[in-house]
Amino acid sequence: MNDFIPAFEWQRVMVEPWTENLPTTFWIVLMGFLITAACGMIGNYLILRRMALVGDAISHSVLPGLAIAFLLAHSLKTVPMFIGALGAGIVTTVLIELIHKKSRVKQDSAIGITFSTLFAIGVILISFGQTDAVHLDAECVLYGEIAFVPLDLVQTELGPGALSVVKNIPGLNSEMFLNGNLLTIAPPSVIRMAVVTGITLLLIVIFYKELLVTSFDSGLSSSLGINATMVHYALMAMLSVIIVSAFEAVGAILVIAMLILPGATASLLAHRLPPMFGITVLHAALSAVGGIYLATWLNCSPAGAMVVAGSVLFALAWVFSPSEGLLRRWLGRELDELDEEELERLAQGI
Amino acid sequence: MNQQRSILAKQGRGAGHALGLLAVLAVFVVLPESAWPAKIGDVAEETSLGQQAIRFFSFRDPSVRYAVIGSVLLGISCGLLGCFIVVRKMALVGDTLSHAVLPGVALGFLFSGVSASGLLDWSFDVANITKNPSLIFCGAVVAGVAGTFLVNTLKQTTKIKEDSALGLTLASFFAVGICLLTMIQRLPTGNKSGIDKFMFGQAAAIGEDDIRLMTGVTLLIVVVVFVFYKELLVTSFDAGFARSIALPSQWIHHGLMLLVAFAVVIALQAVGVVLVSAMLITPAAAAYLLTDRMHRMLLLAVGFGVASGVIGAFISFLKPNIPTGPCMVLGASAVFAVAFFGGPRHGVMTRWWRHVSRSKRVQRENTLKAMFQVLERRDAQPEESVSLKELAERRHEMLDEVSGQAQALKQHGFVTLHEEGNKILFTPSGWQLACTIVRNHRLWELYLTNEANIAADHVHDDAEQIEHVLGDDVVRELERMLDDTTRDPHGRAIPGFADIHKPFAPVAPGPSGYGRSS
Repeated sequence: MNDFIPAFEWQRVMVEPWTENLPTTFWIVLMGFLITAACGMIGNYLILRRMALVGDAISHSVLPGLAIAFLLAHSLKTVPMFIGALGAGIVTTVLIELIHKKSRVKQDSAIGITFSTLFAIGVILISFGQTDAVHLDAECVLYGEIAFVPLDLVQTELGPGALSVVKNIPGLNSEMFLNGNLLTIAPPSVIRMAVVTGITLLLIVIFYKELLVTSFDSGLSSSLGINATMVHYALMAMLSVIIVSAFEAVGAILVIAMLILPGATASLLAHRLPPMFGITVLHAALSAVGGIYLATWLNCSPAGAMVVAGSVLFALAWVFSPSEGLLRRWLGRELDELDEEELERLAQGI
Repeated sequence: MNQQRSILAKQGRGAGHALGLLAVLAVFVVLPESAWPAKIGDVAEETSLGQQAIRFFSFRDPSVRYAVIGSVLLGISCGLLGCFIVVRKMALVGDTLSHAVLPGVALGFLFSGVSASGLLDWSFDVANITKNPSLIFCGAVVAGVAGTFLVNTLKQTTKIKEDSALGLTLASFFAVGICLLTMIQRLPTGNKSGIDKFMFGQAAAIGEDDIRLMTGVTLLIVVVVFVFYKELLVTSFDAGFARSIALPSQWIHHGLMLLVAFAVVIALQAVGVVLVSAMLITPAAAAYLLTDRMHRMLLLAVGFGVASGVIGAFISFLKPNIPTGPCMVLGASAVFAVAFFGGPRHGVMTRWWRHVSRSKRVQRENTLKAMFQVLERRDAQPEESVSLKELAERRHEMLDEVSGQAQALKQHGFVTLHEEGNKILFTPSGWQLACTIVRNHRLWELYLTNEANIAADHVHDDAEQIEHVLGDDVVRELERMLDDTTRDPHGRAIPGFADIHKPFAPVAPGPSGYGRSS
């Protein structure tokens, strides 16, 4: 069994990622955190609106958009990628509506048919257009290659003035960021993800009221003059953008976990939206760090391990949640049974 | 009761067809392997499309044979169960189940390396690992059942809704599977071939053991669906009735989920984990668009499943680096698209075309009716002519519109046009139709006034709608119910049998000098 599950060595698993391997670990953990945080934040709304499986559908169907953008632009540039993903997201939403409204096929089947068809088109396009130059292969489509994130770093050359300034900043004055006069900024995918996460957060803060009202009370939203359809499509567009920026790192299917797990965990622990967002971000951070430990220990896919760590966190919340955890339910049931017995005794007395 | 029996009999015939098909397949399995040992795709570069097609459909290549038989079997099992999935609105449960089997596949693969020499004396040797279909089958079924169990428990014990519970289970199980797979891939054994094919499927990787397993499971599914057809039907369509006749709906549901897990797992090798749910949903949804009867839907879904499976296997045979799963799914999606747009009853294009032709027919009939009324007001004979101007006044329309309608009537042989299209004459069939429509209209008005006690000035609009759709038997019924069918509530004569079948003498060139000039 030792061939399969390596021994748990404290030094190798817990210490080395933060010392020797810090330059790789750091970017992987940061990327994982950013993805899970962005997905978790928008996922909260998907869960509230009971659209978790629309997220599932879009995560599969951005693939053809990505593949077409890739075949046309011959590389994974940010702008064509986003356009492709947005197009695919909108096509998915429209197709689901079309099939569901114009025929007697129910919504669940419509979702299933739409995303499997688009995903199949995407896989075939990728298989046709496969070249050695790019690591957009069929396997990576499923679970991504977050381990490749640190391989490609954006660096800038600093002038002497800037160099002296940077050297005085304690965090940056290290081997990891500074190599001679080359300042490492970040891997491009991390930069892109950070921007997307920032924009997501900003949009959620700005449109907090609109999102809240349309999610909970469509009647009130129309009486307030909020265009619920507009909000719906904007949410779908944002979702497509987040999914596509996370795509290279975590693939099409693991991203579903990142959309749902943080929000589901938060919904077990809190009942108001603001604390739910706090728990979501905390969950993102913990699962990213936990995932890297797990991946280092078992030597498996870091993205998969992050989701497994997130699932463990969810399971913990499920068991131990103070308001509705399984533990509390079991304890509570004993109390209920007592009451019933008492009632029966009373009934017999009468 | 009789109807029910005939449905069951038909279903019996359907299952008989499926069994016959299976028997034919069994013959293929035991056919001696011919001396054409090349694997699928080995010759793809050297031969033409036609040669490859012959090669594929002659089944002489054993791996082609296995691929085709495998696709047919998965088409049968997925098609049958997919129908119940679709009508029970459980499409996304199927999707979750199919993703959740991945860790089971990986564990089943690993378990082949375990050898037990005693009850507690187990040893694990990497070198022993092989692709053992039955172990993978068991592992995957266990994982799938665990996944559905998790979804149910989540729904029961938390306020998490079904969609979130499904997505959560799907992705968590898949992540565990990915971790296990990446761990397997770094194992120091050369024998992990085939495990990566479980993602998108490769029909060419189907072996003899797989076929044996698939045949057994498909037979089981066909037999169970045949035996419990009535129970499945009732619980799918009428839960209340099922409860009232004390059917164990919960157990039937669990049994169905187990069968779906079986179907998903045997389809994995050819279609792959990610897209196998599409083979459940898409052929069944296409069949759902085409028929209203469950037994017909089952047969159609099986047919579509088999067809898209074989087409997918063929396409991936042509291009070896294309995985089979997406090809099969696209085949099924194409069938669905055809049914969606061109289905004879529920198709979008068909309904649109029916709508257009119906509104055209209504317009034609309205014009004929207007001609009749013009003649009636003039107290003229049916052989006399109506001018476009009179018609336009009657219809409150522009001359252009009326002349367009006159052209349409002429094309259908209801009228003839004279004096450069300014005068219109009924043909005998046009006259008959006009009389029938007016008769329908007035009979209905009479019925509403006499029998339904609606005021005479309120009945016109309703009759205007219904005159176009009253069938012969309804008219007979009306005639029987109404005592006097000579006058309508407004005092106008209702054209009777004698009017409709009036001897119709084509008019000779009349005093105004027009006649059959065109």
